[in-house]
Amino acid sequence: MQAKMQTRAVSGRAAARSRVSTTKVVCRALNSMESPYAEELKKTAAYISQKGKGILASDESNATTGKRLESVGVENTEDNRRAWRELLYTAPGLGQYISGAIMFEETLYQKARDGRQFVDILLAQGIYPGIKVDTGLQILPGDKGETTTQGLDGLADRCKAYRKQGARFAKWRAVVKIGEAGCPSTTAVLENAHGLARYAQICQENGLVPIVEPEVTLGPGDYSIEETAFWSERVYSHTMRLLNEYGVVLEGILLKPNMCLPGLDAPVASPQLVAEVTTRTMMRSIPPAVPGIHFLSGGMSEEESTLNLQALNEACPNAPWALTFSYGRALQSSTLKTWAGKESNWAAAQDILLKLAKANSEASTGSFKGPHPVPGGGRILQALRTGGAGK
Amino acid sequence: MASPLAQIAAQLAAPGKGLLASDESTGTIGKRLEKAGLPNTEDIRRSYRELYYTTPGMGQYISGVIMFKETLYQSTKAGRPFVEVLAEQGILAGIKVDEGLEPLAGAADGETHTKGLEGLEANCREYARAGAKFAKWRATLKVTDTLPSALAVERNADELAQYARICQNCGLVPVVEPEILIDGNHSQERFGQVTEQVIGATVAALWRHGVELEGCLLKPQMVIPGADAEGGKVSAADVARCTVAALRRVVPPAIPGIMFLSGGQTEEEATINLDAVNREAQAVGRCPWVLSFSFGRALQASVLKLWSSDQTRVAEAQQLALALARVNSEAALGNYNASSGSHPSTLGTATLHETFRGWNGQPAGNGAAQ
Repeated sequence: MQAKMQTRAVSGRAAARSRVSTTKVVCRALNSMESPYAEELKKTAAYISQKGKGILASDESNATTGKRLESVGVENTEDNRRAWRELLYTAPGLGQYISGAIMFEETLYQKARDGRQFVDILLAQGIYPGIKVDTGLQILPGDKGETTTQGLDGLADRCKAYRKQGARFAKWRAVVKIGEAGCPSTTAVLENAHGLARYAQICQENGLVPIVEPEVTLGPGDYSIEETAFWSERVYSHTMRLLNEYGVVLEGILLKPNMCLPGLDAPVASPQLVAEVTTRTMMRSIPPAVPGIHFLSGGMSEEESTLNLQALNEACPNAPWALTFSYGRALQSSTLKTWAGKESNWAAAQDILLKLAKANSEASTGSFKGPHPVPGGGRILQALRTGGAGK
Repeated sequence: MASPLAQIAAQLAAPGKGLLASDESTGTIGKRLEKAGLPNTEDIRRSYRELYYTTPGMGQYISGVIMFKETLYQSTKAGRPFVEVLAEQGILAGIKVDEGLEPLAGAADGETHTKGLEGLEANCREYARAGAKFAKWRATLKVTDTLPSALAVERNADELAQYARICQNCGLVPVVEPEILIDGNHSQERFGQVTEQVIGATVAALWRHGVELEGCLLKPQMVIPGADAEGGKVSAADVARCTVAALRRVVPPAIPGIMFLSGGQTEEEATINLDAVNREAQAVGRCPWVLSFSFGRALQASVLKLWSSDQTRVAEAQQLALALARVNSEAALGNYNASSGSHPSTLGTATLHETFRGWNGQPAGNGAAQ
């Protein structure tokens, strides 16, 4: 059944409140249950996580985008960033495979060359616009380089403004480091879980579906896949606990976790092993009410990202949540290399993007048969950037 | 490649099967026997339990029986240990390991925690030696506009998790029972909120204590209004909708079975509601756990009434016990045909609600509600 987009704002707080019991009840945070957006949020989340579709993560900050553009010889200017995203969003038929596109703030307000707003181009493709709302990583006290994520101050007002511009979902990335003695610390786990839960609560109050991203990051070290699974369970369960405590409506969120992989210095795990361990981890920590689990690609190559997603869906064909993708590098890396800033490569670059999107769409239903459009690629790593993504 | 605990849990939660909760403490079963006109003696308790455990065919519908400590060591009249007789039917023996409720210091009036952690490990090893394969521990939570308190929620959740971890260390599958009491005039909506809060906290505690979720079962109440709620009872469809919605929000898929308690519902209500829950789960989809039963009163009340009137009517009583088990097995598959008159219960709408299932100021010890 084709899910329908919700393009009209929900009206009437009164209508929502009349359904609520008239008994005055004093109990823990249930504010979000009375959010006038509750029903819309559930429908939006269901649409984005519908079978066969995933999310295009194109919300790199200006600084990170700059690094990428510069790697193919393109200068980091506002217009180049705008052109790069126009290439992505106007790829013909992208909406067959992509149900949501996450944007950086600058991009949310940008237009194509012909003057059309990006948000309108996306909606016309059947793709919900989303917005990264965190303002970047900050180092936590201690000598391990652990981080917390910033962005709660003024978040409610920003959500309102983004929604007015057309955004319907948001994203906040928390990063937890493992593989080093003492990592993750209790502080890091609690602090990141808290940030995610509070962000999610504020988003729902203001009409945006929060993508909750607790990333146990792929890093140096030869730690095993079981160690990743152990810490992932800890991090996800703390996060789910706080979401419950804070009255976040789970039918109205999406989860963006890491797949369980061994450390960078350990042998690469087979897709079957990744699938087995990741499935087990999700089954232990994520209640069925969450409609979609959209895995991040992290440092996985484009091919690895697709093969692992395919194996996940083969391992768990009756999963209670969609097992799908929210890929950045795994959809953009070859696309960017193909474009390299040249107008003459525009169509070819869009073609690669569509092929990558299609491959992952198939993988998300367990029906990817190959060959992969960009086989044999290496890991696509980037260093953790701290100091704020506000620029 | 499931672990031994996960295999036992899967066996207990086999589709179409459920648990017979016959672990009433001496005090609780005594109240029921006396109300039925029978003396509360060891032999009466033994013969009463023998009735169920020797019912031919019970193993088609019952995967496990929860017993009180006394019962685990008892035998049939002919001298065959209960554990053996059950095993022959493919029914696993379970054991209640908690030692009852006591008031919770610092919490509100009527709020409790459950005793029994001290010495639990030694007890579990002993019960495992005696043939038990699973265990059960009951916590209770009281509902009002402002209760349960955070303290009661956290304390009971943590105790349940400690119990679960110790059981697993001893090779027993823990049935985790955070019973939210039916007593009170709270609405069904309030009950749903409390269910999410309590079960969410319980699951979080299980995570914290490293309990293997695949080797664990949950025993909650269905989401219903309080016994004295305004507007009285709600439809089975409403029970189903609220119960499934609440559980989907807080129970991870790794837990293989949710085995509902009947706690004050009539025998017929419990069956109809369980059936509705399963139909709702099938309709809504994405409900990965088995939704079955761990019923005490709802499998026994009519049987006790019959047997207490004439203890020689064993065959008839056993047929009734089997019939009650069968309709709940059907309900656990969403296949119960509720055309009127077909439920074997002989008690009609007479309430099974008891006021001594929570804390009523009784001294700690044998008599406290278990």
